[in-house]
Amino acid sequence: MFSSLLKRLPQGEAAVKILVTAKRVEDPESKIKVKPDGSGIVQEGLKYKINPFDEIGVEEGLRLVAKHQGEVVVVSIGGKEVQEQLRHALAMGAHRAVWVNHTGPLDQLGIAGLLQKVAEKEKPDLVVLGKQSIDDDQNQVGQYLAEFLGWGQATFASKVESLESAEEKNKEPAVKLTADKKAVQVVREVDNGLATVECQLPAVVTTDLRLNQPRYASLPGIMKAKSKPIEELTPAGLGVDVAPKIQVLKLASPPARKAGIKVPDVATLVDKLRNEAKVV
Amino acid sequence: MPIVLIVAEQQPDGNLRKASLNAITAGKQLADKAGAELHIAILGKDPAKVAEELKGTGAKAVHVGAAAELEHYLAETYAPALAALATELKADFVGMASTAQGKDLMPRLAARLKAAMATDITGLGGSGADIIFHRPMWAGNVFAEVKLNTPVKVFTVRATEFTAAAGGQGAAEVKTFAPKIEASKTKFVEFKEVKSARPELTEARVVISGGRGTKGDFKEIEALADDLGAAVGASRAVCDAGWVPNDLQVGQTGKVVAPALYIAAGISGAIQHLAGMKSSKTIVAINKDAEAPIFQVADYGIVADLFKVLPELRSELQKLK
Repeated sequence: MFSSLLKRLPQGEAAVKILVTAKRVEDPESKIKVKPDGSGIVQEGLKYKINPFDEIGVEEGLRLVAKHQGEVVVVSIGGKEVQEQLRHALAMGAHRAVWVNHTGPLDQLGIAGLLQKVAEKEKPDLVVLGKQSIDDDQNQVGQYLAEFLGWGQATFASKVESLESAEEKNKEPAVKLTADKKAVQVVREVDNGLATVECQLPAVVTTDLRLNQPRYASLPGIMKAKSKPIEELTPAGLGVDVAPKIQVLKLASPPARKAGIKVPDVATLVDKLRNEAKVV
Repeated sequence: MPIVLIVAEQQPDGNLRKASLNAITAGKQLADKAGAELHIAILGKDPAKVAEELKGTGAKAVHVGAAAELEHYLAETYAPALAALATELKADFVGMASTAQGKDLMPRLAARLKAAMATDITGLGGSGADIIFHRPMWAGNVFAEVKLNTPVKVFTVRATEFTAAAGGQGAAEVKTFAPKIEASKTKFVEFKEVKSARPELTEARVVISGGRGTKGDFKEIEALADDLGAAVGASRAVCDAGWVPNDLQVGQTGKVVAPALYIAAGISGAIQHLAGMKSSKTIVAINKDAEAPIFQVADYGIVADLFKVLPELRSELQKLK
């Protein structure tokens, strides 16, 4: 299907194939509570979403494809429930989905191992992932994946313009294909500033929050998503041993801060800071 | 004897990134628990000056790898060079501060070493071969105890949770090595530094942050920061709006700070922001909205307009001098 699309393109215009991830995570607004025995978090009443950084990855993929033509393939790993997140990405405009059906524990090595096999099968020009998932907060998978594939990496992709700028409203991709279409230029958020790197394709990019503002899924988009294909794969079928090497022994709530006080005026505040907290 | 290798970081300006010293303290604690020897690695085009600074921090040896190809940091050149060193030393643990570079580099290095990794560790437990890493999850709402079941174990260190290693603790042996250089598919193009005369956000004793409530006007925040010798921070919202540079962002996805005094002005206190400043010793909140979540973590709160409070605060503080 994709090769026929390629043939229809005008001379000189490179189509891009972009693989994006859609991890299912707890809604970032939800209150996370640890089970009394420390074996996990309380699941009841939680809502689930696509990881916000991954959603930015989907958006960036869609913008690149809108500019250069091509295809966005979205992948998620998990039980049947992750199809919700795949459908969300499809409703945003992704072309098709790959679902790696796996239940049970999985660590970052396992995720990267599975994504490596999916990337080898799909042969994308670019894999775009969130820089971290908001549950584990590990910030590892993109880098592991780049090393496993032997590709370049550009982590924490950002942009120079404000997310409220006219530029952003024009929906231009911030990840720029070079003139020869063989590399991408990426602005990375680093300590004390912004670093720009150029990665030969294929490459791995991970998104920071300030890369773009993801679009909402439109009603026609949601309707259309229902008929888009989801291919099912399994770790065994991909030949990946996903037995976790990272063993989470115990979870605990962080120590609570003792409730503070409201002060009526600045003079009282300064007095407290000076005589009670002794910080000024 | 097991080996703990801590990777130190040279900033683009040639100086040591201070968070490396906090990572060295974590390395030392780990070495004590694991009955191991502490080593430090530093890479760069010319890291000799930084190596000199690292000599007295209590390690057994400082490994210095200099090469022209390492002038500008790239994970693809640094990871193979460090992997070769770690393999030669037979390092059991490899760690680095959770800076932007640490977070970019260490997973790539871990992948090469077939190692599992713990990001942003805040503490250590266990002993001998059974070391346990403590690390935050779900934006700091949960703390996990984690064991890494691979021969080599990789980690990054949350600098605010460990003191900075002081100098004058003997003199480590400085060993130069020829770094293994591999071709990189990524090339460095440019670095745009955000220059500031104020202290580094993650190292400052006092931090004053502004949020949406500033409407983009940071003048009062900056004036107070200058009076107090404080660093200026910001919430995600104001960085997204382009009102201040991105690298001022405090939060789960920005910088994690733990100053003696944190003043949040016009910040509502979303979970993601709290994750970056909850460990501050004293927190002051200034917000017009009495229901703002920031008041739930603030030691002292004032329900008022920041444009009224901040100038008053400045003049009250002046009186103390």
